Amino acid sequence: MTAEAAPKRPFRWHIIVFLAPAVLVYTAIMIVPLFGTLQFSLFRNVSGGHTFVGLDNFRTLFGDPNWSRGFWNALWNNVWFFIIHMLVQNPIGILLAALLSSPKLRLSSFYRTAIFIPTILSFVIVGFAWKLILSPIWGVAPNLLDLVGLKSLFTPWLGKEEYALTALSLISVWQFVGIPMMLIYAALLSIPDEVIEAAECDGVTGMAQFWKIKLPLVLPSIGIISVLTFVANFNAFDLIYSAQGALAGPNYSTDILGTFLYRAFFGFQLQVGDRNMGAAIATMMFLIILTGVCLYLFLIQTRLRRYQF
Amino acid sequence: MNMKLFTAALLGSSLLCSAAHAQEATLTIESWRNDDLAIWQEKLIPAFQAAHPDVKVVFSPSAPTEYNAALNAKLDAGSAGDIITCRPFDASLDLFKNGKLADLTGLSGMENFSDVAKSAWTTDDGKQTFCVPMASVIHGFIYNKDAFKELGIEPPATEDEFFAALDKIKEDGNYIPMAMGTKDLWEAATMGYQNIGPNYWHGEEGRLALIKGEQKLTDPQWVEPFATLAKWKPYLGDGFEAQTYPDSQNLFTLGRAAIFPAGSWEISVFNTQVDFEMGAFPPPVKAAGDTCYISDHTDIGIGMNAATKNPEAAKTFLTWVASPEFAEIYANALPGFFSLNSTPVKMEDPLAQEFVSWRGKCKSTIRSTYQILSRGTPNLENETWVESANVINGTVTPEEAGKKLQAGLDSWYKPAE
Repeated sequence: MTAEAAPKRPFRWHIIVFLAPAVLVYTAIMIVPLFGTLQFSLFRNVSGGHTFVGLDNFRTLFGDPNWSRGFWNALWNNVWFFIIHMLVQNPIGILLAALLSSPKLRLSSFYRTAIFIPTILSFVIVGFAWKLILSPIWGVAPNLLDLVGLKSLFTPWLGKEEYALTALSLISVWQFVGIPMMLIYAALLSIPDEVIEAAECDGVTGMAQFWKIKLPLVLPSIGIISVLTFVANFNAFDLIYSAQGALAGPNYSTDILGTFLYRAFFGFQLQVGDRNMGAAIATMMFLIILTGVCLYLFLIQTRLRRYQF
Repeated sequence: MNMKLFTAALLGSSLLCSAAHAQEATLTIESWRNDDLAIWQEKLIPAFQAAHPDVKVVFSPSAPTEYNAALNAKLDAGSAGDIITCRPFDASLDLFKNGKLADLTGLSGMENFSDVAKSAWTTDDGKQTFCVPMASVIHGFIYNKDAFKELGIEPPATEDEFFAALDKIKEDGNYIPMAMGTKDLWEAATMGYQNIGPNYWHGEEGRLALIKGEQKLTDPQWVEPFATLAKWKPYLGDGFEAQTYPDSQNLFTLGRAAIFPAGSWEISVFNTQVDFEMGAFPPPVKAAGDTCYISDHTDIGIGMNAATKNPEAAKTFLTWVASPEFAEIYANALPGFFSLNSTPVKMEDPLAQEFVSWRGKCKSTIRSTYQILSRGTPNLENETWVESANVINGTVTPEEAGKKLQAGLDSWYKPAE
């Protein structure tokens, strides 16, 4: 009997072995806690026991005026925080990258490093340093403005309801402008010289070259940066916490979803933490970010044209 | 290697020690006051052991931010010390309700304390007390005596005098009249609202009526302190909206500001930093001759682990803590943390003496938001921070602030009928 059975392909163990470390670590520290949080938001502590309450926590979050006011306020502040980043951080990042990639610029690696350095600083240092810079009592900001005769423009920005959030957004922009700059810079460098030369032969140079040739070629990178900014902004917490404290004053004007979650989950001063409401807020944050990223993936990224060289 | 040897030596020595003292009771004190370690080891414990050589006491503090969590974990695991330092109000009340803290209502020495002093560690119905009150902090105003002399100002007793003094300092222009900022929010509430408020709501009378639901935060006696706070605005430094608590402390200790709305805990900090003479005055009353009220806020208590193996020794120790002898050593070692004992304590520090002298002429109360009223969401204490800062910033009127606070409280608090 020599019935030849089809040679059974050996099971490819090495795939599992190679994937295992990453999958295990990611599951243990990301996926399990994520589902833990989602599950937590459906329970509530009733007289010592953990009871399933369905969507009750979400009903409280949106139905109870005390909770919903805080939530919508935090969400709107977060949106404003994001808008400032999109309008200021990313255009400046692109501009800086364009300048840096210009072959005429001298000392470009120095500028590149100098602009990138704040990104690696701790939030605590950034928050504290800017609090001091902007301090009306000891800060350098009032004096610097005085030197150019604009002292009258100075107000205690971090203490005014109408300016505090914008001021903090700009501090965050200052800190993170290096990231879009680096990504765009890399994208600009990867544009092949042939394309640029061809453009030059056709008489497209200078600004026109940037707008018509380079910018369309780096659009996918700009898209990625927008998504990164979106995710980072809606997860932001540290800067507000270190500069304004957990109550995100004045009058909750700098309260974003991260600080709102912190107060609900861990409590503050005499307020006892409510882990289930905190989990409900965390779930909402997760859903908001998920929706944003999906919108980008399905609506925008599929329409971006990609150029193959 | 060295470290291991060292640990082994430590372990060995502690084993030996415990063997040697097997017949004596050893009490371990849990506390978050790691700043007080030296005071306990050098002054308090030797004083106790002089009278009770058979009881050994070990003070074992943990970091303040970790204390509550660490203590709960230790109590659950049964490894907590015999003596527990008590946070005021709900944190300790929960421990008592869960049977972790022993009932000390009948402890001898408890009679040395007034009901207000015990309120932070008494059940809501006022029947059981579970911690011996140890220390409180008093609110008032600390002022720069040299500046007052220079400008010919006397410490004000009434509100009119207070604002007249502020006007005079402002006119002179050399000093910022008052060092306070609204950036950190709690300054406005704790050093502002809770400092001057008791004069308006008549201390305990108003505080208890609020808890019973007989008064509302929209009543004039609760709104007026906000109105007075709003009047402080022109006397604060430039850019006070972004001025933090350490900024305020520095403005005062550097001699740039004349008056500091304070809590007595500042005394020991300021003593080491200022090079001018300091004085203090209680929150000014509305008209001369009015009864004055001060916020004499209970801050630290001490109780007994219900599962202790040495209940008798622990009770002996707590009775000693309740004695005037303990009060005197403690209050002098830590000027600004005042003993709650009814027997007056002799203190060396002149500023501390001034603060504590107000207990004789004024009626004491505690911060209005601490007992019961800050159990729900929105949290009355946190909201009071936010609204006090808003009122001083001028973004909210005193009436609106009162209305908001009451609405928040009404949403979850139903006073018992």
